Amino acid sequence: MKHFAVLLFAILSAHAQVSFDRIVDGELEKGNWLTYSGNLSAHRHSPLTEITPANVRSLKPVWIYQPTIASRFETSPVVVDGVMFITEPPTVVTALDPKTGRKLWRYERQLPADLQTIGFGRVNRGVAVLDDMVYVSTLDGHLVALDAKSGAVRWDVFVVDYKLGYCLTAAPLAIKGAILTGTAGGEAGIRGFVDAYDSKTGKKLWRFYTIPGPGEVGNETWGKDEKGRDTWSTGGGSTWVTGSYDPQTNLIYWGVGNPGPDWNGDWRQGDNLYTCSLVALDAASGKLRWHFQFTPHDTHDWDATEIPVLADMTIRGKPRKVVLMANRNAFYYVLDRETGEFLSGTPYAKQTWAKGLDDKGRPQVIPGTEPSVDGTLVWPSLQGATNWFSPSYDAAAKMFFVAVREMGSYFYKGEAEYKPGTFFAGGGERELKPEEIYGVIRALDASTGKQKWEFRLQSPPWGGVLSTAGGLVFGGTNEGNFFALDSKTGAPLWNFQTGGDISANPVSFLVDGKQRIAIAAHGALIVFGL
Amino acid sequence: MIATILIAITLSQAAPDPLEGLSPAEGKRLFNGQCAVCHGIGGGGSTGPNLQRATLPRAATNADLVHVITEGIPNTQMPGAWQMTEHEARLVATYVRSLGKIDQVVIPGDPKNGEVVYAKSGCAGCHIISGAGRGFGPELTGIGLRRGAAHLRESIVDPAAEVAAEFMTVRLVPADGRPIKAIRVNEDSFTIQIKDSAGQFRSYDRTQLKSVEHLPKESLMPAYTHMKPSDLDDLVAYLASLR
Repeated sequence: MKHFAVLLFAILSAHAQVSFDRIVDGELEKGNWLTYSGNLSAHRHSPLTEITPANVRSLKPVWIYQPTIASRFETSPVVVDGVMFITEPPTVVTALDPKTGRKLWRYERQLPADLQTIGFGRVNRGVAVLDDMVYVSTLDGHLVALDAKSGAVRWDVFVVDYKLGYCLTAAPLAIKGAILTGTAGGEAGIRGFVDAYDSKTGKKLWRFYTIPGPGEVGNETWGKDEKGRDTWSTGGGSTWVTGSYDPQTNLIYWGVGNPGPDWNGDWRQGDNLYTCSLVALDAASGKLRWHFQFTPHDTHDWDATEIPVLADMTIRGKPRKVVLMANRNAFYYVLDRETGEFLSGTPYAKQTWAKGLDDKGRPQVIPGTEPSVDGTLVWPSLQGATNWFSPSYDAAAKMFFVAVREMGSYFYKGEAEYKPGTFFAGGGERELKPEEIYGVIRALDASTGKQKWEFRLQSPPWGGVLSTAGGLVFGGTNEGNFFALDSKTGAPLWNFQTGGDISANPVSFLVDGKQRIAIAAHGALIVFGL
Repeated sequence: MIATILIAITLSQAAPDPLEGLSPAEGKRLFNGQCAVCHGIGGGGSTGPNLQRATLPRAATNADLVHVITEGIPNTQMPGAWQMTEHEARLVATYVRSLGKIDQVVIPGDPKNGEVVYAKSGCAGCHIISGAGRGFGPELTGIGLRRGAAHLRESIVDPAAEVAAEFMTVRLVPADGRPIKAIRVNEDSFTIQIKDSAGQFRSYDRTQLKSVEHLPKESLMPAYTHMKPSDLDDLVAYLASLR
């Protein structure tokens, strides 16, 4: 009997464990959604096929969950073995029954009264799971491991000081034995980083600073300010969106944000490495393997923190392991992910700042497009042609889907003065009128960036997209529409008015063998099924 | 005890004028670049209020004014200038205060007779003032706080010159082929909601419509170009007095 009990416990434990191998083979687990982006390659593509262009018109809400605090809700749920894990603003983790939406447990972090978020909302975008734990990054600069069965804190480690303008909003990334996190705070003169912590104990394994220090390669790309002070130490380079990981090369791919101060480049002469770059880091050591800078010496706040999508494809007759990024600067890039070699870059939205890219992918900047005291009109706006919300990649069709913001802005250059824990931006923007701007969902040939179709939206969106093997692309609008398009043609097939602006990414999973689609819409999480 | 009193006195004197020593010239450039889109070049008012006034109702002190600039005004279209440093906000405030010292433009006309003109011209058939009238066009209660006289005059003789986004004119062609011109009340990527000339709300799925045309340069309000000049002056004076 005792042996039987031990055996039963072992079986139950094994089932409850989300081993790293399960995450690597996540595409085989059709019913689950194991990571922020669905898989380590960040495809945000569901292999589920029950919902199709032929039946999507019958899609309807199955349940709605409303968080305690009804402010903007940007979570991307993770669904594992019959439990859904979400985050709620400002830093709350809730486990839900995916069948009914009923709460299973809740972790609410007590945030300090003097917490401030400089340049963004008090949001959290999701959790990571590994083995029997759920991980969340907190607004007040901690990384917390929770017991997946109860929400009890297993460990809680200090990452960075929120009083200096750092905040953690992104979902962590779980790799073998380690949890990775980045930081927001690019408008507060921070020095960005990517950190790795031991998944079992919380012990810090390494830190990669996105702004090289004195003596390190790249530090020479930061000049002195007009008073002769070093500028690298307040150089920004936030890392506020979850990266991707290739277990074969053991490389982590993470996007780096804007240099600080954002709009006043006089302060920081040079290319300002590694801001507005993609960095490939060795997962074991955190050492930089390669980098690619999309926007050298950025003065428009075009973070390169968009999702890096990993794909294998043939480029000009040669099989390549590539990383794809629809960048905030309005170019779609294809890079070799082993070496960082630039393979191609194509505009996917209106842009008025570069004549094009040279053979190495460096932009040929049009003079006079930098911010000015009187305002300089440039496309895209400071929020970029796309932003933190996710694209999706259908590997079978070799199609890349992206929610695009067709919008320009007047960019202003202003004063910049660094004071720890305050806004350090050196200017700002004035948006064009609503009738002059719009949004669009675009389907691109993933290897060339060539547009296959587009579907126009009322306004520049803040919601990401999900593609499915069933032949659909799901997305959301500021006006509350959650909708489905035919992934082959872009034809609109279904639309549901959620009643709140959508600033979140959709996911898909199974409940009792039935396909579900989930989206957070302002103050509610809505789950749909046939 | 003496020390406490001394500290108290020092503190009461220690709230310096945040605009002390600043000149309006630097703030003017910032204002015209970033604030004039609503308040008009020179602060004479446009979609935002005229600032050429000796007193500003929401900013009694200079510190209040800096606060309004940096934080905005809740529940209005006035955003906080998050992009400005505090020093820049003080420069803008200095310029705004200087606007109150220029000679006030005298609005010609008799507001009392303007009220009569308003009534006999049938304005209340579309606008509400202090609860009276019909809610088809924009409410005019307190309009003198939000719009300058020049803008009010233009809105009467050439209402299409600037139409607020929430009153944008649209032309829809439904399946029956008979076009409808109406106010666009709301729309999203899949549907549109309008208020027709009878004040009736209607909602359409875009797939039901042959076409949707936005007409931001048209207004459903008739242009009162033939109004007697003195009546026009009086009407502008009346509307400007609604504060």
